Amino acid sequence: MNMGADPGGVGAPIIELEGVVKSFGPVSVLKGVDLAAYPGKVTALVGDNGAGKSTLIKGLAGVQPYDDGVVRFDGDPITLHTPRDAARLGIEVVYQDLALCDNLDIVQNMFLGREETGLGTFDEGRMEKEASDTLRSLSVRTVKSVRQKVASLSGGQRQTVAIARAVLKRARVVILDEPTAALGVAQTEQVLHLVQRLAEQGVAVIIISHNLADVFEVADHINVLYLGQMVASLDAKQTTRDDVVGYITGTKTQQGANA
Amino acid sequence: MNANPTPPGTIAPDTSASDVAPDLIGSGQEGTIGDQVRAYFQRLRSGDMGALPAIGGFVVLTILFSFLSPFFLTERNFANLLTQAATLVMLGMALVFVLLLGEIDLSAGVTSGMTMALFIVLVNVHAVPWMLALAIAFAAGILTGALIGFFVARVGIPSFVVTLGLFLGYQGITLMIIGAGGLYRVQISEITAIQNRNLPVWAGWAMLVVILAVSAATSFWDRARRTRAGVPNRTISLVWVKLGVIAVIGGAVVAILSRNRGQSVGVVEGVPIVVPIVLVILWIGTFVLDRTRFGRYLYAIGGNAEAARRAGVKVMLIRWSAFIVCSTLAVVSGLFSISKVGSVDAAAGREIVLSGVAAAVVGGVSLFGGRGRLLHAAIGALVIAVITNGLGLLNLPAGVNLVVTGGVLILAATVDALSRVRAGGSIMRT
Ligand SMILES: Nc1ncnc2c1ncn2[C@@H]1O[C@H](COP(=O)(O)OP(=O)(O)OP(=O)(O)O)[C@@H](O)[C@H]1O
Ligand SMILES: [Mg+2]
Repeated sequence: MNMGADPGGVGAPIIELEGVVKSFGPVSVLKGVDLAAYPGKVTALVGDNGAGKSTLIKGLAGVQPYDDGVVRFDGDPITLHTPRDAARLGIEVVYQDLALCDNLDIVQNMFLGREETGLGTFDEGRMEKEASDTLRSLSVRTVKSVRQKVASLSGGQRQTVAIARAVLKRARVVILDEPTAALGVAQTEQVLHLVQRLAEQGVAVIIISHNLADVFEVADHINVLYLGQMVASLDAKQTTRDDVVGYITGTKTQQGANA
Repeated sequence: MNANPTPPGTIAPDTSASDVAPDLIGSGQEGTIGDQVRAYFQRLRSGDMGALPAIGGFVVLTILFSFLSPFFLTERNFANLLTQAATLVMLGMALVFVLLLGEIDLSAGVTSGMTMALFIVLVNVHAVPWMLALAIAFAAGILTGALIGFFVARVGIPSFVVTLGLFLGYQGITLMIIGAGGLYRVQISEITAIQNRNLPVWAGWAMLVVILAVSAATSFWDRARRTRAGVPNRTISLVWVKLGVIAVIGGAVVAILSRNRGQSVGVVEGVPIVVPIVLVILWIGTFVLDRTRFGRYLYAIGGNAEAARRAGVKVMLIRWSAFIVCSTLAVVSGLFSISKVGSVDAAAGREIVLSGVAAAVVGGVSLFGGRGRLLHAAIGALVIAVITNGLGLLNLPAGVNLVVTGGVLILAATVDALSRVRAGGSIMRT
């Protein structure tokens, strides 16, 4: 399925989480989670509402640092305390709530935090060119102008902008939190297609989705989070939809560890 | 064009989508001047009206007052209007920096008053050289902004509360510096000159030429950059229209100010010195807001602070600096004020701040954050100044002015809230 530089072999993970812990006050949301994402592979993260999926990836983005646990990048332990730490390593995230500024236009949103400058001032032309090239590569059909304010976009268009923002720069890890939730059939296909293309180019993709059909279509690995614990880590080719549903709902456990 | 291999993480063009026309996504810059005009009206209808209501108000008020008072449309009153407005223009522009964040600085007025009290007492009482005293006044302004920024950005107290506290506190400090009933004259000729002396007539025209040259240069520089990047430019006729508008309005202003407006003895003519000072600050501020990271991040934080934070923006530092910029520009506004009034008393700067907020909001700066420009605040300040000036000429009781200004502020805030709804936002904001 993947034709990356590492045919057949799994290789070393780009990102590896070990025993990650996060609580909000007395509420313990992540209770020692392990996760690995490999270059050229699509790693799916599934689980019920409130399982802790978004919390897990916000830690990877440096937006909400973990309380405890080890994060390894290319094998080296690192700290992710700020969004800049993550950006520097080439970790890009499409957030579930999209995180766009309504009052800025598409180009400004895509380049927020990493504007192109020349002589200390913005090079709007260059940013506009790169933004529209990226959008075009995502086969965006409905956006009229890249200088439209994001406030004037539909839900699906906003999602596309958020995705375009994540793939604008050379990323090594792209994390998508429910990227197809607001999308129509054709746009969903487009995003899944994009996920595969990213993987083909050697990017480690982590995708969160409630749609198991989508997950099975693109994922190489499927990880199931249940009440803050990683209850299953499966090879997509060797598992079934029913198994995954069982893990998600808690009626099934791997290696029969507990009931 | 695709000769180099795609680096990891960028997307190779999707060949399966090659049926898509390559230029499907526009940039809003294409088309004839007619298309641009149509797009402009589209933006207006979607609630993005900018300074248009303020410009309309300015024109209507000017016509109204020129009918009501024969003195309103004289060269003398015109120059007077500009110098009266300068203090408010400056304060309005100062406030834009915090309003863009969705914050407010109710202490901007008393900051200008307190720093000017400090300045004048240092000069008049302690015989400190005026330049040194001015530097101390500015330092006090910067410190004030840093203090507000600390409480708002660092501690997390709403700016309304912090600056309201300071609004009271600084009145007390000003009173202590000046002493009850005290009044100090401004006898520094350089300071007095700002509002009371004029450029030579030729320098006024030279100023207009410089404005046109700078404006043309930035337009063509931007176009060259866009061309180099391979994206379309707006039709060039728009540049000529813009330069034409500046030339006509600027030309009219300079022409009026170049005529003798002296009353009996002596010739009074030329552009007041305060005008080029305001224009330079306006230009620098606009440059910063439009073309630098600091400016862009002010808008981003005002639009969605969490999104800005996730994009790696140092939200706290930007917030903090915005308050410093605001307080510093408030000192400049205080300088204009004492130059015009000629004295400093314990009430300095107490009343002006709401007019400053009104100026910004009337000009189209949003109280909800994320929308507005310095020029908008300047135009709004001119509208408020016309009201003050015009009502003053009609010999109406002072109360009328306050009532009218307050009414205009509420009207402008309503327009602001409604245009937010139009633009897809909601009035409620968490
Ligand atoms: N900032 C926060 N403060 C307190 N509790 C939080 C916070 N963020 C998340 N939680 C809690 O953590 C738990 C996990 O939330 P999270 O958003 O990670 O779930 P999720 O798996 O992404 O769910 P969904 O599928 O609905 O997106 C929830 O119970 C939520 O209430
Ligand atoms: Mg979630």
